[in-house]
Amino acid sequence: MSILPAINNALGADWRERTSAESRLLPQGKLSGPMPWVIAIMIGLTVVATASGLALRNTARAARADVAGGVTVQIVHGAPRERDRQANAALAALKSAPGVAEARLVPQKELDALVEPWLGTTAGDDVNALPVPALIDVRLSGSADANRLGALRQALRGKAPAARIDAQASWLAPVFEAVHALQWLAGGLIALLAFATIATVLLASRNALGNHRGTIEIVHMLGGTDAQIARIFQRSMAVDAAAGGIGGLLLGVVVTSLLGRQFAALGSGMMAAGGLAWSDWLAICCIPVGGVLLAVLTARLTVLSALRRML
Amino acid sequence: MSQPDDAEIVHFDNVGLRYGTGKEVLTDVSFTLYSGRFYFLTGASGAGKTSMLKLLYLAQRPSRGLIRMFGTDAITLPRERLPGFRRRLGVVFQDFRLVPHLSAFDNVALPLRVAGVPERDIVKPVTDMLEWVGLGDRSHARPATLSGGEQQRVAIARAVIGRPDMLVADEPTGNVDPEMAVKLLRLFEALNRLGTTVVVATHDVHLIQKVPESLIMRLDKGRLSDPTGALRYPPRRMASPPRPDVLGA
Repeated sequence: MSILPAINNALGADWRERTSAESRLLPQGKLSGPMPWVIAIMIGLTVVATASGLALRNTARAARADVAGGVTVQIVHGAPRERDRQANAALAALKSAPGVAEARLVPQKELDALVEPWLGTTAGDDVNALPVPALIDVRLSGSADANRLGALRQALRGKAPAARIDAQASWLAPVFEAVHALQWLAGGLIALLAFATIATVLLASRNALGNHRGTIEIVHMLGGTDAQIARIFQRSMAVDAAAGGIGGLLLGVVVTSLLGRQFAALGSGMMAAGGLAWSDWLAICCIPVGGVLLAVLTARLTVLSALRRML
Repeated sequence: MSQPDDAEIVHFDNVGLRYGTGKEVLTDVSFTLYSGRFYFLTGASGAGKTSMLKLLYLAQRPSRGLIRMFGTDAITLPRERLPGFRRRLGVVFQDFRLVPHLSAFDNVALPLRVAGVPERDIVKPVTDMLEWVGLGDRSHARPATLSGGEQQRVAIARAVIGRPDMLVADEPTGNVDPEMAVKLLRLFEALNRLGTTVVVATHDVHLIQKVPESLIMRLDKGRLSDPTGALRYPPRRMASPPRPDVLGA
């Protein structure tokens, strides 16, 4: 037998023995009562909040990547012939402009399809009477910042005076701001839930300390150390938090999956991009571990702080 | 058998104790306890015996004065060093203070488990000790199912199981019949012969008279008197058992 397994065995036996002996000092399973249920709810809500925050982040990232280098050029002119002339001139100028990766005149069919939900195409609709602008979809090799938009305007000024140039990102700026605010909201919820978990564990630990004060005093008088007593509470809290954490994770994952399906059923391209990656699921699975560590640390600090007030 | 030596184990110097803002329950208490001796602490109810024992087993800090235990200043002793000192003490509380959810066996084993003694080294001494105090067949019983006398014996077994340097007992035979009282006293004497300093607080003059080797301290309204010369150095041995009126018990 090599030395390492022997040492491991010895340490394991010692630890098991010490743990078993210490666990007999206070009645186990009665320290915290409904604690596993409370922690399950906290963890479940944290999982849902985290998943929502991550999904929003993914949505925002995908949308931002889509429109980052996008520029729309509208040729707004009432006379169709002049509008088409300026559109072709603008397209040619854009194709030769520096930093433009791609420029495409949006075909009339696509334009008709775009306005169809509002104007319709059935008989009786007077579509042709409406001055719908010509559209040029432009992709820049970098992001569409103010300098580059200025350069494009300069290039089109003489050739297409009716051209209006807009960065696609600017249209979605309010959406990004809303998504950003929701992400902060999710972060705030997670922080509040963590705070509530700490407060709950703190109250449970104090309650358990009060219930077992007599026994704790005896153990103290017999030479028990603060660390020994704190370990008993930590262990009990770890068991409760682990049970609650697993339950909460399952609850949160089920709720998140159901919400995901609901949003996916909307069929919106933006929502479809908000799915969770495997790394997101991995982060979500770490939440119960964080919950257990938080509960154990809170219990330890609470118990040690209370014991320090005893002689 | 070990002989008493002159090694100081506890020293009180002008110790006073008051609870909160009340009047002093102990006033100007000064004495020295020596290793391996057997002391009785006597006095009327309310004289301050239990308060003095609390100072002895480090459950209370004095309001003033100096206390030295095992050669160390116990007043300024850092909190983290207290458990080490307490493990050198065995305490029999007046109200037993057994852990209600633990069996008699587990209560007696408690000091050993707290001290980290391996489980394999706990079973035999605890079983033997319970046999010795006549509770071999009650080892699985919880305190609530034991009589007062049985609980007291469990408390005594718990106090002596770790072979402490000093045993402090508050009315340890108050709830047992005379025969068991004598038996428990013999246990204390046996422990004392092995080198443990024993301090027993009691009203029972007959009990004191059964240990002629003992030294007697008397508390009267929180002040210590020395009716038998126990606190002199070297302590004066009793030529004959002290009279009850001398003890004031």
